[in-house]
Amino acid sequence: MADFFAMGGYGAYIWVSYAVFLIVLAIDAIAPRLGRKRVLAEIRGKLKRQQTRKTP
Amino acid sequence: MNPFLLWFHKIGSPPTFYRIAGRIAPWCLGIGFVLGAIALYGGLVVAPRDYQQGDAYRIIFVHVPCAWMSLFAYGFMAVNAFIALVWRIKLSEILAMASAPIGAAFTFITLVTGSLWGKPMWGTYWTWDARLTSELVLLFLYFGVIGLYYAIDDRRKAARAAAFLALIGIVNVPIVHFSVNWWNTLHQGSTVRLLGPSKISGDMVWPLLTMALATHIWFFASVLARSRVGLLELDSGKDWARDIALADAPRDTVTAHG
Repeated sequence: MADFFAMGGYGAYIWVSYAVFLIVLAIDAIAPRLGRKRVLAEIRGKLKRQQTRKTP
Repeated sequence: MNPFLLWFHKIGSPPTFYRIAGRIAPWCLGIGFVLGAIALYGGLVVAPRDYQQGDAYRIIFVHVPCAWMSLFAYGFMAVNAFIALVWRIKLSEILAMASAPIGAAFTFITLVTGSLWGKPMWGTYWTWDARLTSELVLLFLYFGVIGLYYAIDDRRKAARAAAFLALIGIVNVPIVHFSVNWWNTLHQGSTVRLLGPSKISGDMVWPLLTMALATHIWFFASVLARSRVGLLELDSGKDWARDIALADAPRDTVTAHG
């Protein structure tokens, strides 16, 4: 197992590479989910403001 | 109107595309994830040590697929940018702009993993080699497209301006691809070829190609998810977007509306 993580002495380079790959793609997957939440909340906010303007 | 055009217009209408994309995207994400996991196992465990580079070459399994994706995403963006500029199709503007951040992400991974591979093999993290420099320019082009898109308030004008920049920037794509042939510098030539035999053994090539497939599918999952958000934002005044926003509301806000 230790051999596997050592990767013949290149462990640091390899594991950092794979970590960067996984972290950046995880951010790529999360970003549109957060964006969707934000946009939907904005639309609801706009609707709410319009409603309060109509019924003072 | 012929049936194909009719179908095309239907798919291209924002509410329909939003719904269909919402159904396809999770599958793409799941398949991309599973294929990626298989490829990681293949690359890290199954594939044998390289006779020259030892284990260091294993960076290839993330570096090369991401490098392919950095060009593929640019191509996808440029095609959609072209359609957006010529036919002014809303969906194409959204698709073009949705692919820019994904392309930037893949280009970033390519540059970082490449430099982490360069250190043990070439003795340096960075050199102004033709391939490395043109890939860095590619990252800046993505940043330019994203920056221009967010610098202009009118979403549609912004998309067209950014699409124009994306089209001009496509000149860099063949430069990245052929740089290793045109300039004989540090970066090695292609190992895997579509035409003719690849210069890599079978148990190394299947994890590489599986990862390439996984990243392509992942790209489409992300493009679909991002374009859904883009369409919602663009059509935020329309009924279909409002309905989705209200249906998505937390319980208390819905009751507050009555």
